[in-house]
Amino acid sequence: MTYNFNFSVIWRQFDVMLWGLGLGLLLAVISLAIGTVIGLVCGYAFRTNNKTLRALVWGYVEFIRNEPLLLLIFFVYFGLPAIGIRFFDKYESFVITLSIYAGAYLTEVFRAGLTSVPERYVEAAKAIGLKPWQTQLYVVLPLTFRIVLPSLSNNLISLFKDTSLATAIAIPELTFTARQINANTYRVMEAWLTASLLYLATCYLIAIALRQIEKRYSVIK
Amino acid sequence: MQRTYLGELMKAKWSLLQGFITTMEISAIVIVIGLIAGMIGGLLLVYGPKPVRLLMRLYVDVLRGIPVLVLILFSYYGLALLGVNISAYTAGVVALAGFCSAHMSETFRGAIDSIPVGQTEAAKAIGLTFQQRFVYVLLPQAARRIVPPAINTAVEMVKGTTLLSIIGVLDVLLATQQTIARNYMVIEFYATAMLFYFVLNFTLSRMGAYFERRFGFIRY
Repeated sequence: MTYNFNFSVIWRQFDVMLWGLGLGLLLAVISLAIGTVIGLVCGYAFRTNNKTLRALVWGYVEFIRNEPLLLLIFFVYFGLPAIGIRFFDKYESFVITLSIYAGAYLTEVFRAGLTSVPERYVEAAKAIGLKPWQTQLYVVLPLTFRIVLPSLSNNLISLFKDTSLATAIAIPELTFTARQINANTYRVMEAWLTASLLYLATCYLIAIALRQIEKRYSVIK
Repeated sequence: MQRTYLGELMKAKWSLLQGFITTMEISAIVIVIGLIAGMIGGLLLVYGPKPVRLLMRLYVDVLRGIPVLVLILFSYYGLALLGVNISAYTAGVVALAGFCSAHMSETFRGAIDSIPVGQTEAAKAIGLTFQQRFVYVLLPQAARRIVPPAINTAVEMVKGTTLLSIIGVLDVLLATQQTIARNYMVIEFYATAMLFYFVLNFTLSRMGAYFERRFGFIRY
């Protein structure tokens, strides 16, 4: 039982793998951005007194968080066009799915974040005569973002890992390219080791980079 | 003849039922292995000798840094190379169980670590041995903290079993897709699968939320 490693096939296609990695990162970042908007809107919706609105947001969060992402991807990509909801291409379809998925998790994050802004800041803003929207925009939102920053970076990392599921609808990200190299060259170990190491390295680099930003912006209690 | 949803559901019932059994079976195996391995792993992470601790840390951090799908494909294509002739089912279970163990180990470590040192010191002071300290002092307190995150991980694992459909394990998702390929009732059958996963995971999540509230009084 010996296995001779031969990484030359990998090096020849290493640029393809790196492009795949970049594509995955891009998909994750876009989804995080859209998801943040969804999360913020739903987070604010949760703070209103409107019971129907709150129930709707609650339903959205609970539904999405309890569904497997792969099933949602298939549902949006194969299912929705069948009832006339078409998307431009598979990338759009995937980004929409991942954004909605991220939105559910981020709603929880922002809901907690918005409530953890100390009341005294809001009172201080009132005292210096800020209008309600000014209070939110200049006081509550910046603080909220600084509070939820660690959760946002954790979400980015798990979204990045989730982009590997895009391989199921043939989006050429890292997992897809690794699978193709595996199928074309039979260099099984090399392909998957390289892909795993690339994912691992990227996740840790993102984590380290974000820790620095978190340190810079953390709210000192 | 007009195709109706119920008619097609009746036709596909055995295949879907098979998928249901497979999904439940894989989830159960993975979660049980994960719990046992996670308990051992968590203990090693806290009390193991340094080399063991470092090895466990490496295992946990590596597995948590790689997407589950990559682990599954790696184990599916890779294990066959090692000369073991294993099925997609086994390869998938191995990958998922490995992933679940890593997460559970971290959960157990967190729970044990979160118990104040004072508890251990007090136990030592009254002369309890390591075993007694663990069984009578640490475990009862850690157990309550483990339940909610462990249930979260369990939900993630149920969600993760769908990834096995990519390597051809006939779970609920693949059975649904096969049914759709036969009758083109895309929306109806995906919705059926969604309902199934929702009911299963929502029940689990609620249980987690219940235990979180139930043990929420514990503060140090």
